[in-house]
This record gives sequence, C-alpha cells and structure tokens, in this order.
Amino acid sequence: MSDILQHQHIKLPEGSIGKQTTTLNLGPTHPATHGVFQNILELDGERIVSADQTVGYIHRAFEKIAERRPLYQITPLTDRLNYCSAPINNMGWHLTCEKLLGVKTPKRVDYLRVIIMELARIADHLICNSIVGVDTGAYTGFLYVMQYRELIYEIYEEVCGSRLTTNIGRIGGFERNFSDTAFQKIEKFLKEYPKVLKEFENLFTRNRIFMERTIGVGPISAERALNYGFTGPNLRAAGVDYDVRVHSPYSSYEDFEFDIPVGSTGDCYDRFLVRNQEMWQSLRIIEQAYRKVQEFKGAEAEVYHADVPEYYLPPKEDVYTKMEALIWHFKIIMGEIDMPKGEVYHCVEGANGELGFYLISDGGRTPYRLHFRRPCFIYYQAYEELTKGSMLSDAIITMSSLNLIAGEMDA
Amino acid sequence: MALTNEHIRQRLTEKFGDQVSSFEEPYGMLTFEAPKDLNLKVLQFLYDDEELKFRFLTDLQAVHYPDNAGRELCVVYHLHNMIDNVRVRFKVYAPIEKPDVFSATALFAAANWMERETYDFYGVNFVGHPNLKRILNVDEMDYFPMRKEYPLEEQTRLDKDDEMFGR
Repeated sequence: MSDILQHQHIKLPEGSIGKQTTTLNLGPTHPATHGVFQNILELDGERIVSADQTVGYIHRAFEKIAERRPLYQITPLTDRLNYCSAPINNMGWHLTCEKLLGVKTPKRVDYLRVIIMELARIADHLICNSIVGVDTGAYTGFLYVMQYRELIYEIYEEVCGSRLTTNIGRIGGFERNFSDTAFQKIEKFLKEYPKVLKEFENLFTRNRIFMERTIGVGPISAERALNYGFTGPNLRAAGVDYDVRVHSPYSSYEDFEFDIPVGSTGDCYDRFLVRNQEMWQSLRIIEQAYRKVQEFKGAEAEVYHADVPEYYLPPKEDVYTKMEALIWHFKIIMGEIDMPKGEVYHCVEGANGELGFYLISDGGRTPYRLHFRRPCFIYYQAYEELTKGSMLSDAIITMSSLNLIAGEMDA
Repeated sequence: MALTNEHIRQRLTEKFGDQVSSFEEPYGMLTFEAPKDLNLKVLQFLYDDEELKFRFLTDLQAVHYPDNAGRELCVVYHLHNMIDNVRVRFKVYAPIEKPDVFSATALFAAANWMERETYDFYGVNFVGHPNLKRILNVDEMDYFPMRKEYPLEEQTRLDKDDEMFGR
C-alpha cells in the first residue's frame, strides 16, 4: 500500500488513515465479459494494480474423451472449442487426420474448404470487432453486421445442415456436394458484404470516441507477444507477419493471392484494424476460390471428396444394395478401423491464432493422445501484463479485443 | 541457407554428444530426446544459437506411457523457428514416482499456463515454476485425470452390458 502512495506522490495529512485497494470479482458471468471468465482484480480507485485470471469454468475434458473415440467422432468435439468459427476447427482436425493417414484431397475439395474456412474467419472477426464496438458504447455496428453473420450461417446450413456447431466436412472431403443454393448465397455474400464492411469501417475507424478509447490501450511489444506465445491477429497487430496460411500452407492456400496485414503497437486499435483488413483479405480469397471452383468442368465439377473408403462413409443407397459399401459403413460407424502408428502435429490459422492438433497414434482405433493447441488459452496469460495500471473500463475493451473464447480456452 | 533437419541434428550432437538421442522425423518434423535434467540447457541452446534460433514455444504437453518403467511421463515441447520456418519436437521422460522437470518459464512466458495445465492433468512437477497449481480442474482434486490409469468409462459396469459390439 505504501508503494502505491509513493508511486502517486500523494502526501496524506498526518494521522489520516492509509489508502486501501479494492478487490473486485469481475466474472465468472459478468455481463461485460463475453463468456465465462473470472478476473480477480485489485483496484486502486479505478486503476488496476493486479489481475488474477481464473479459467476452467467450462472445462469438458475433450482431450480425455478423444482418447476413447474413433477419428470421425472427434470432429463434434472440435466444434465446441472456438464456437465462433467452428468450421476452421473441423477442417483443421480433418487435415490432421488426413496428414496422419496420408490422404491426398482433390483440388476442388481444397478450394471448397478454403471458401468455408474464410467465411468462418469473417464471421469470427465480425463478432469480435463489433463486440469491441459494443464495449466502447457503439451498439449500431454490432446490430448492423449481424445479418451478414446470419447469411454466413445460412451458407453453413446449406452445406452441412447446422449453423453454430457445424461438424462440417468429413475425412477426405465434404459429406455432400455444395448445392446451387449454397453457391447463390456465396455469390450474394460476395456482392453485398463489401458495402457493409465499408460502412462498418466508416462507423469506427476514424471515429473520435472509438479512437480515444482504443489507441494505446492494452499494448504489447512484438518481443513480449512472441514470448507469450501470441499468434494470429493479436501477434500481427504487434508487427510480426506470421500467418500459418503463408508459412506452412495447407488446403492449397499457396494457390491464392493475399496479403498479411500487420499493425505496429499491438494495442486494441491495431488489433481492430488488423481484423478488419483480414476480412478484406478473406473476401479476396473467397472470390478467387469461388472462381477456381467454377472453372471445374464435367466430372471434375462433381468431385467433393477423396477416395478413402476406410474413413469416408459410402452413399446410403450403396449401403443398402452393395456388400462392400455395407461392410465399410459398418466398420466406420463402429470405429473398427486401426489407424497407422505415428505422431503428427498439424496447425491451421484459426480465427484467433495458430490452432494446432498434436495427435499420437499407437496403431489402435482411437488416438493414444490428442492435444489441442488452443491459441487463446496461451495468450490470455498476458492479460495481467496488458491491463496493469490501466482503467477498469480499458480492461474490458482489452479483453474483448483479444478475441477470447471461453470454450476454446477451457477445452 | 535454409535450416535443415540434418543441420539441426548436427549442431545438437556437436554440443551435447550422445545425450541427445532418438532422432526421428515423423511427418517431417525433427523429433529428439534428452535426459530430463538437461531440458533447460537444450532449450536455452536452441534459443540462443545463432543458427538455430528456436525462440517460439508453440506447445507443451505431457503423455503418459504406463508400460515404460522408469520413464512413464513424457513432456513434449514443440518449438518453432519463425525466421526459417522450421519446427522441432523435443521430449524428456520422467519417472512417475518423482516427476520433477525443470520449468521453462524463465525462457518463455508462454510456458507458465502450459506447464500448469500439464501439472493439472499429468502431475508433472515443474521445478522453479512461480505458481504451480491447478488451472482447469478444481483445486480440491487429488488425482491427475489424464493419466492412463483413469479410464474414461467404468469398464465393469453391469447396466451397460452390450455383448455384440463390446464396450
């Protein structure tokens, strides 16, 4: 306490009682924190002296559950990590399995996957950035962009049948081909979304109140960010141009032309700008991928999965009429297929960082060990360093601009 | 000159001799092992060396091998050299009766929670960690749930008898 007084050069009159700090429980279910986060803050007036984060309120033991499940049953678990962009998690998991099994997917599948993944990235960044807006008091942007997230969810629905926890795709490709409606909706999105994004940017980027609230708030240097294991937009906002899509391309990302936006100070404003720019880049990628998909003609235009009978379910008509399809169907559903032995680490650029899957197989039917590298679990450690000495209201903005997802953090 | 797995291996053998061993390359990622007392020395060498520059800790976790007498717990570090874009996997093994491994928190701030998570689920005791307590599970828990002796489902349950498909 005495060092606080010293720090602020306050001289109290003789005999008066000393200054006290307040302990504030922010969370676990505080309306201003979007998700189940608990922070025990020590406050000196409105300034934060120290923050102690508690995580694990919605821990569901996914890694343990995965040790008893065949590969295809683990996909729904990955949905529930980062539920704002579940398709990226699903694809990341399928790509990990394909790497282990040595499956080569056709180009068309890769491009369709890229479309879905980039749509998911836009949906995720959209939520994160508009929530930053809400926390600074600007509700309009949030409501305005929401209908385009809805459109993205409609596209998911058209492709896989569900919206939030998608379980999209299979090992080797997609469960069915994209329908014409799906393509029409993607076209509609490509046509209408740039205008909306532009307007969203107009609302915030040069908005005086927004700038005052976010510039210089929660900054981090590139060195500290790397030391803290930052990845994704948060690391790029600090000025490091590391992007898994470029550094170790997966799913044919090398075929696309796009830039990696970077910031310089790593504060909330830079994180916001980087995410906005990334949405433009994602749009660019979707446009290119959409064009490439349209170029496939004849039989090639019908390809939507690789030929992996051991892991890809046969069509239902065949199951009822053909012996071989029936056998594969049974073996896949009952999880009776042995995996090759090996250990594999595969990572994808998730919406909030490098999402990694470390899979060890001992040749059995289920993984021997599966570990998820969950980006926001790793960079949430830096929260105390980011908020120390700042105001309570800045801490709220810092939290939402880090794009923390409780489901991913707690696994 | 691009950094190759061969070169990393050579540098490590020059520095540590036979102590780094079991070099493998599963799916292209160089994997090796060192005695657990050397883990910080190896990590520091990988970090400082002018050619290697493995300065990003991607991931840290443990694996339990109950049949590996004397070296049941394996702590796995995934390191990344972002300049040359090379990854390595580094393993140390510890006996389950005394799973003491030196903490990497001084080198990587990111290791703090990763080590707490590893302790939480496997009971690896990271010596030198500033705040080694449970992170995702409740503090009162008195076992380490990811160890293999805790099966996910009770194998002897009678109410779930399913002869045809096995459980």
